[in-house]
Amino acid sequence: MINLKVNGKDYNVDADPSTPILWVLRDEIGLTGTKFGCGMAQCGACTVHLNGDAIRSCITPVARAEGQEIKTIEALSEDAIGKRLQKAWIEEDVPQCGYCQSGQLMAAAVLLKAKPNPTDNDIDLGMSGNICRCGTYQRVRKAIHRAAAMK
Amino acid sequence: MKNTTVKSLFSLKKIIYVVLILGFVTAVAAPFNNSRKIIQPATETIAANTKIIDPVVDKEKTQADKIREKESAEAFNEAYKVLMHPRCMNCHPSGDAPLQGDDSHIHTQNVTRGKDGKGVYAMKCSNCHQKENIAGLNMPPGDPNWHLPPANMKMVFQGRTPAQLAAQLKDPKQTGKTLQQMLKHVEEDHLVLAGWNPGEGRTKPPLSHAEFAAKFREWIEKGAVVPK
Repeated sequence: MINLKVNGKDYNVDADPSTPILWVLRDEIGLTGTKFGCGMAQCGACTVHLNGDAIRSCITPVARAEGQEIKTIEALSEDAIGKRLQKAWIEEDVPQCGYCQSGQLMAAAVLLKAKPNPTDNDIDLGMSGNICRCGTYQRVRKAIHRAAAMK
Repeated sequence: MKNTTVKSLFSLKKIIYVVLILGFVTAVAAPFNNSRKIIQPATETIAANTKIIDPVVDKEKTQADKIREKESAEAFNEAYKVLMHPRCMNCHPSGDAPLQGDDSHIHTQNVTRGKDGKGVYAMKCSNCHQKENIAGLNMPPGDPNWHLPPANMKMVFQGRTPAQLAAQLKDPKQTGKTLQQMLKHVEEDHLVLAGWNPGEGRTKPPLSHAEFAAKFREWIEKGAVVPK
């Protein structure tokens, strides 16, 4: 059994230690907001927070999260930064197909926490690992600026 | 007739004086030559001077020094093949993004070094690179301390000639390490060793780690000579 804290709740899951966190979240715990994109840490769709870092859950073994705190898109709006991002995302109407968006938001939250007023360059540095096949990049950028300005 | 004899006697005297003075000067100068030799062996000037004092012994010493220097430089040139292999050089890029693959292209996601060499914001190395390699073709390789050199000590390999790289590696101002510490990094750092456990789909450096470390050690022990 592996003990995990996900979105503030404790879970004991019966999984092989090498199982990617993504599958424990989706299949064992039932949190399906986190998406499977490429399965090799290339696209960012599976981004969740592990102790505040934007890890890629599709390749991170669940053993790494033993006793640690995971936060997923389902709990993002529980803090101030997450709330502002959610609002800004709706106001800018960012998603198109939406598949990459939970990863985009989880990455944006880490960026805003480290850099409350990011420049375009900061956004490039922090967000270039999250790929969007609909090409919503310009709206992602706008929404991050909007969320930063909301304080 | 008498005049000519006097003149030639005078010339003979002159020659004797010159020879005596030369002998005196050489005798006084000799110790200086010796002491200089200890401080800086084997430059062309010293080699020429020492010939006058003791041609046989000094020629031998210079020859030994020269062989040692040659071996040091040759050892570096061997180690250089490993240093410039993508498994080593890809994390010692000239820019601020790490490189990937045997063609050393810019790392996908346009990852950035950051101050500590461990990435920035949502793009930290350890967000993808785990403690160990992930099984499967071209999956992210791992190490508990995956990182680039930090921003204040970039340790660039990319684009360096053997001479430039050797000079850089022996300059503590550019490495933050003494040569002994550098040798320890090469021999023991598990991130260096990760180059020989690259994960599926990646080539290994041309020498084994043991061979590479031995060449690097030889380079240092024989004087860390900068190859020409």
